[in-house]
Amino acid sequence: MSFASEHEMHKRRKGRNMGVALCLVAFIALMFALTTVKIRDSGPVEGFDHAPRASALPATEGEG
Amino acid sequence: MTETSLHTLEDEIAQGPHDAGFGDFFALLKPRVMTLVVFTAAVGLLAAPIGLHWIEAIAAILFIAIGAGASGALNMWWDADIDAVMKRTAKRPIPSGRVDPQDALNLGLGLSGFSVVMLGLAANWLAAGLLAFTIFFYAVVYSMWLKRSTPQNIVIGGAAGAFPPMIGWVAATGSVSVESVLMFALIFMWTPPHFWALALFMRSDYDDAGVPMLTVTHGRRATRVHILAYTVILAVLAVAAAFTGIGGPIYLAVAVVCNAIFLRDAVKIWRRDEDMSEVDNFKIEKSFFRFSLFYLFAHFTAILIEALIPGSVWAALGMGVWA
Repeated sequence: MSFASEHEMHKRRKGRNMGVALCLVAFIALMFALTTVKIRDSGPVEGFDHAPRASALPATEGEG
Repeated sequence: MTETSLHTLEDEIAQGPHDAGFGDFFALLKPRVMTLVVFTAAVGLLAAPIGLHWIEAIAAILFIAIGAGASGALNMWWDADIDAVMKRTAKRPIPSGRVDPQDALNLGLGLSGFSVVMLGLAANWLAAGLLAFTIFFYAVVYSMWLKRSTPQNIVIGGAAGAFPPMIGWVAATGSVSVESVLMFALIFMWTPPHFWALALFMRSDYDDAGVPMLTVTHGRRATRVHILAYTVILAVLAVAAAFTGIGGPIYLAVAVVCNAIFLRDAVKIWRRDEDMSEVDNFKIEKSFFRFSLFYLFAHFTAILIEALIPGSVWAALGMGVWA
């Protein structure tokens, strides 16, 4: 018994897998964009590297 | 290829109808209903006084639509037996054998959880809670309970379809307000005459399936009376909404014209009997049903236009009441 290289069942599965793959890619892109927007909207972000955090520095005399 | 693997492949091919394609799973989400959900949720979100970033807005509308689709899949899973009997629904993925019922249930449950959590993260948890309640209401309260037990199934179950604009509004503002309740009420009151008109001309379907639609339990005369009664209440509500926060002169014009036509046709349906409807193959009932789709689209488009026009424009035109 021989099977055609591209049986209708294979086509259907391929279409389903492609659909799921596209949905996943779209979801990842949306999550990336959403995260970027959320972080930007949350105000300035202070990092721990390269520069001291102003809010973490001890208050110096004369500051009031 | 070994004999075992050959048998496995043969078995899989024999099970062809259960090996669903992507389109079959997408059909489980009731894409046509999803279109209406996307539109009304978008109007609710855009009409809100607080704007979201456009990416957040797209994400919120998408997750509301996925939630609606999930409830559609759960509905198809539960109703597969009566869908197989009704002409209108016999070609749906489960009764036609293209999708396994268990797969439909898994998809519905999975997408329900996914959409609610993602809407909570993308917008806020009140909107997510409302979406969860909507899915529960449609899948459990309407599909599993009301649909097969009371002729008021459409009236109460219509609430599920009325929530999307409210969820859109809450996604933007974080709270429920009068305007969002009005948009809810508009769809809630519109649903019964819309479906009862369908029941009048798809008459054997609900009889065959044993669904206690008003046409089956109280007769077709009573259904015609109910259509008129609900259309009158809807017209009052729709026109009155013009003088609230979601209304304006454009909305008022649309509401007056659409409701005049809707009322005229409802009166025609009320005055007709079965013999008259048989003669022209339910022409008025069918045109009432088609117009009801345009009716909802026109009202929500008008709400959107009103939201986009600054109040100062109406004030400059001497219509300060809408400023």
